[in-house]
Amino acid sequence: MNKVFHVMYDDDDKLMEAARELVGKGVHVNEVYSPFPIHGIDPIIGVKRTRLAIASFMYAMTGMSLAILGMWYFMISDWPMNIGGKPSFSLFENIPSFIPVTFEFSVLCGAHGMAITYLLRNGTLPGMPASNPDPRTTDDKFVMEITTSTNSLNAKKLEAAIKKTALLELSIKDVK
Amino acid sequence: MQRESAIREPLILGHKTYKDITDDVVGPITGPAHIGWKILITISSIIALYGVGCILYLLGTGIGVWGLNKTVGWAWDITNFVWWVGIGHAGTLISAVLLLFRQKWRMAINRSAEAMTIFAVIMAAVFPGIHMGRIWVSYWVLPLPNQFGSLWVNFNSPLLWDVFAISTYFSVSLVFWYIGLIPDFATIRDRVVKPLPKKIYSILSFGWSGRAKHWTRFEEVSLVLAGIATPLVFSVHSIVSMDFATSVIPGWHTTIFPPYFVSGAVFSGFAMVQTLMLIMRKAYKLEAYIHVKHVEYMNIVIIVTGSIVGVAYLTELFISWYSGVEYESYAFINRFSGPYSVAYWTMMTCNVISPQLFWFKKIRRSLIATFILSIVVNIGMWFERYVIIVTSLHRDYLPSSWGEFYPTAIDIGIFIGTIGIFSTLFLMFTRFFPVLALNELKTILKSSGESYKNQLDK
Repeated sequence: MNKVFHVMYDDDDKLMEAARELVGKGVHVNEVYSPFPIHGIDPIIGVKRTRLAIASFMYAMTGMSLAILGMWYFMISDWPMNIGGKPSFSLFENIPSFIPVTFEFSVLCGAHGMAITYLLRNGTLPGMPASNPDPRTTDDKFVMEITTSTNSLNAKKLEAAIKKTALLELSIKDVK
Repeated sequence: MQRESAIREPLILGHKTYKDITDDVVGPITGPAHIGWKILITISSIIALYGVGCILYLLGTGIGVWGLNKTVGWAWDITNFVWWVGIGHAGTLISAVLLLFRQKWRMAINRSAEAMTIFAVIMAAVFPGIHMGRIWVSYWVLPLPNQFGSLWVNFNSPLLWDVFAISTYFSVSLVFWYIGLIPDFATIRDRVVKPLPKKIYSILSFGWSGRAKHWTRFEEVSLVLAGIATPLVFSVHSIVSMDFATSVIPGWHTTIFPPYFVSGAVFSGFAMVQTLMLIMRKAYKLEAYIHVKHVEYMNIVIIVTGSIVGVAYLTELFISWYSGVEYESYAFINRFSGPYSVAYWTMMTCNVISPQLFWFKKIRRSLIATFILSIVVNIGMWFERYVIIVTSLHRDYLPSSWGEFYPTAIDIGIFIGTIGIFSTLFLMFTRFFPVLALNELKTILKSSGESYKNQLDK
């Protein structure tokens, strides 16, 4: 039978100190639930840097290409017009007046593409159930989740190590 | 842990804990509505309904119900549009530009300033929409395949750039705002007891649980969105200014317009933020979070942008004479001495002189003076757009076609109506949404909270 420990702290610094201590003993911390981002916790518990910014850049580049392609088709290829003596017969001559829309469309694609990716990767979508172990973790409490299935230490040793930290509450549940 | 100099004024006053922050913000949402809120929302909904009525009358009859004529073909409609878009800019500036500069004081005001942005941009979008007259063909502004050729929209026109700029600006601001709101909705979800609000907030919070990886992504998304919203906000008002600057009307045809409009927008936007925040902090008892220091910081932004606007006015005036172009000079002589000189001098007094009062520390840190001056600035900025638009149009190259513009009751009704709709939306926001960015404020409590700072000194 595997066990899951939910260790609650009442301060972000206490949790960070505890995480550092436990990781030093070779404990793997599964997850941390907090009401706000705890700066500096990621390297301790082994959370890698996100690549969302790269994704956003690629979405923006897609938007830029689509905008230029579209304007080339509408204004140059399909129906060139002579507007106020400024004919639109080549993309090169017209590119200055295409810059604003190209920029706006790149931003549109970059921002929305990233936002959608972010929500999908998080699994946070309308109607999804919340999975924080305790409702107080969105208020002022901080919970560290440790499972026996991802640790080499057995439940007793884990419990002993956890109890040495400055915890507030500890809940142990059996999971399959 | 991040430390801050002890001589810096704390941003969160009093001995607040994380729980206090939650209680102070979520308390008013879960509790019953205040009587003052009920009175205000009743008044603003009545004004909003009157505005909607005027809009429907306009759509049913045609834009002839406005005071426009063949000489002045653009007046209150575009004035109101530019005014509302300008107001919107402060929200993005606070949340994006100040985020990039790591200004912690923005955290107390960014949520409501962004809400203000979104509502202001909605109000702005009303005007070009109804100005089309036949709003049911407004989809013609999009490059859609059609049966006229296909005849495409003109991508060389700043008016079309506006379509892309405003819609991008609106949707990106909305996404930026909502992504910040998700964790705070989760806080409310975990605290409300009644089943229906719980259900609603649980849908709104998208199942947010506050996992470490999600927070990393959250911060990255906020940073990147701020990074791309910053050039966006500058581009939007530059494009709005190009609606005028690329034309050949004296008084509009000036290269100074983009930076001048952008700083004017920030100027009026901050004034509106002051007006709203000063009421909100009192009504929702947020004095510990939005206090004199925040007001002072915003007033400094108002001095800077107000002075840029003042310099721009004087530059315009000088260049109109220095250019030697008689049409250009006349446009400006006509502005300050013609039939609309009252509007011009109102604009000059409200926008150039009044913000200079903030050089005095007493005035800058006085809440009452700030409140009055913020309203003065907003009036001035409305007149600025009116002066630019109407005085330039009403007398141009051909004296035989000179004319004047007088607003009709419908002009006034729609403008007042949009203020009503805006107030209604903003009041709904303050009642049901977390008005402070809870998750962000909690991150600065230890570095900028009063009690924690004092602990560090000992």
